[in-house]
Amino acid sequence: MKKRYLFLSLMLSLSMILAACGGSDSGESQKDCEPDENAIKAGIVTDEGGVDDKSFNQSAWEGLQAYGEEYCLEKGEHFDYAQSNQDSEYESNITRLTQQDYELIFGIGYKLLDALETVAAQNPDSKYALVDDVAEGDNIASVTFKEHQGSFLVGVAAALKTETDKVGFVGGMDSPLINKFEVGFEAGVKSVDPTIEVDVRYAETFSDAGKGRQIANSMYNSDVDVIYHAAGGAGNGVFTEAKDIKGNNPDQSVWVIGVDRDQYEEGQVDDHNVTLTSMVKRVDVAVQDVIERTMSGDFPGGEVIEYGLSDNGISIADTNEDAYTDEIASTVDEWKEKIENGDVSVPSNHDELDEYLNNLQ
Amino acid sequence: MSAIIDVLQSIIPSAFMFATPLIFTALGGVLSERSGIINIGLEGLMIMGAFVGVIVNLELYNILGSSLTPWVSILIAAIVGALFASLHAIATVTFRADQVVSGVAINFLALGIGLFLIKQIYGKGQTDMVQGMLRSTDIPLLSDIPIIGPIFFENTYYTNWIAVILAFVVWYVIFKTPFGLRLRSVGEHPFAADSVGINVNRMRYIAVMLSGFFGGAGGAIFALTFAGNFYQGTISGQGFIALAAVVFGKWHPIGALGAALFFGVAQSLSVIGSGIPLLQNIPSVYLQIAPYVLTILALVGLVGRAEAPKSLGTPFVKGSR
Repeated sequence: MKKRYLFLSLMLSLSMILAACGGSDSGESQKDCEPDENAIKAGIVTDEGGVDDKSFNQSAWEGLQAYGEEYCLEKGEHFDYAQSNQDSEYESNITRLTQQDYELIFGIGYKLLDALETVAAQNPDSKYALVDDVAEGDNIASVTFKEHQGSFLVGVAAALKTETDKVGFVGGMDSPLINKFEVGFEAGVKSVDPTIEVDVRYAETFSDAGKGRQIANSMYNSDVDVIYHAAGGAGNGVFTEAKDIKGNNPDQSVWVIGVDRDQYEEGQVDDHNVTLTSMVKRVDVAVQDVIERTMSGDFPGGEVIEYGLSDNGISIADTNEDAYTDEIASTVDEWKEKIENGDVSVPSNHDELDEYLNNLQ
Repeated sequence: MSAIIDVLQSIIPSAFMFATPLIFTALGGVLSERSGIINIGLEGLMIMGAFVGVIVNLELYNILGSSLTPWVSILIAAIVGALFASLHAIATVTFRADQVVSGVAINFLALGIGLFLIKQIYGKGQTDMVQGMLRSTDIPLLSDIPIIGPIFFENTYYTNWIAVILAFVVWYVIFKTPFGLRLRSVGEHPFAADSVGINVNRMRYIAVMLSGFFGGAGGAIFALTFAGNFYQGTISGQGFIALAAVVFGKWHPIGALGAALFFGVAQSLSVIGSGIPLLQNIPSVYLQIAPYVLTILALVGLVGRAEAPKSLGTPFVKGSR
């Protein structure tokens, strides 16, 4: 009878070990320079994606590596990452880095909010930063992005690209954060041509690609030809639907606009690519900036910093040169300039959008 | 009339597409549970299937090309799924462990193995998008039938129709063949089955591994129809929906088929509803909760009492009574 418990516990522990094994491997490299003495010890704690998720974590890690490069620092000594393989590891990872005397610790992604607040409250002398959400605490800097600005620009691109005068938006959750994407996008589209229809739907999930695909299917069936998604993994379904259409009928014009990072690769089908452009959040830029501020004694604890177009915290991908034509690019640049010098104030919620649209007429 | 056809044409293909992976997995669940082994691990079997399907697809695409790759991926995923499910069989049949606990362990283990190996093979947290996706197509001849053709056979997947045929095959096997009779008897009354010379443990092994085969195929089909890559959230609850379809379908293959299609239609209504004139004025929150409400109503009202196989969840100890 004992055997069965043994077997079960073996299975369970195996799964734990496997899950915990995806740790870091350190590469040694010889450097011919001396570490800058003002440099601080900075680390990031990732969520489940890991530092090569082609998204936030990777971007943050690239920012940290660039910082290390710039000040001639050693990985593992001055900067490092800790990968979380499940939600329960956030807190222990942050605590571990704190105990290893990291002076500035980044939590990457809104999921780390609670864990970061807890550890920050226990260690009032350490400094923390949360990327992509707002945390409470004097020793936490909140790093957010002006997604509405980037969404506005991809909206302009969508409006120029659409042939049916119908574009779509697929959101993950109907929340204030994702609403920023939605209203920015709609404002961008309507700024180019107020008669273009914007079909807005929410998947109510960030992971179910099935639902994302069903929404995309329904939109493309109703003549929408450009869809902007802000739905994480559910957005993969938007890509699969567009690629299925394109694969069966290469002449049909269907486009997807990616989010958070350049999603060009996701759009590849045979010799075509359905990714028109992507709204890219430059977490690397933000991470480097916060570190440098901290080095100069200006750690923005308790503050919310918003990175936008003007500080390169947001950018628009132009990888798909066939689709993202020079004409689109130059018009997008014009609008970008207008936003940067304040001629256009991009709405970030529904009330502001209504006002913005009223002023358009 | 043509408006109704338009609506059907937008709902049915999308619902069917969504239901297909569920049908495969639920059929696996039916086989396992008919033999008396609870299979909470359907989610894990799907995860394993999605993982193997995506890896095989990425690795073999350049050799096999776009038409063969998805099918080979699904087949290998199904075989690996069967092997993986044998862990559940070893735990619950040979070692007579608690079937629910073992199923939960299967779910954890599948995700752990998947993510760990992705990390080892590709050095990152998720795979690239596969090139060899399943492609929708018009089924020759059948798609020319008026009305029915466009609704059911245009822009559909061969996997959809394989799933339907498979449901009938499984029904035939369970209810019309000696093998099926043994399978059911093992799940209803293993002692009686044993007394007439049926090898209870062997039957249960076969049933659980078949559930892995179907679950693996279901997971791979999901990945190659919807997600396109493998990451931590590729399979997010579909296995549990399939499990619900098993119960909802009263442990009957055709019932499970119907239940999976029902879930598909409910979800597709919730997604597409806002684009349908008739449903346009209903606030979207009602459409969003519709699948769940419909399920509860159907369970309470239409299905009646769901009767599980008598010995479901009880390990068989030869000669214990």
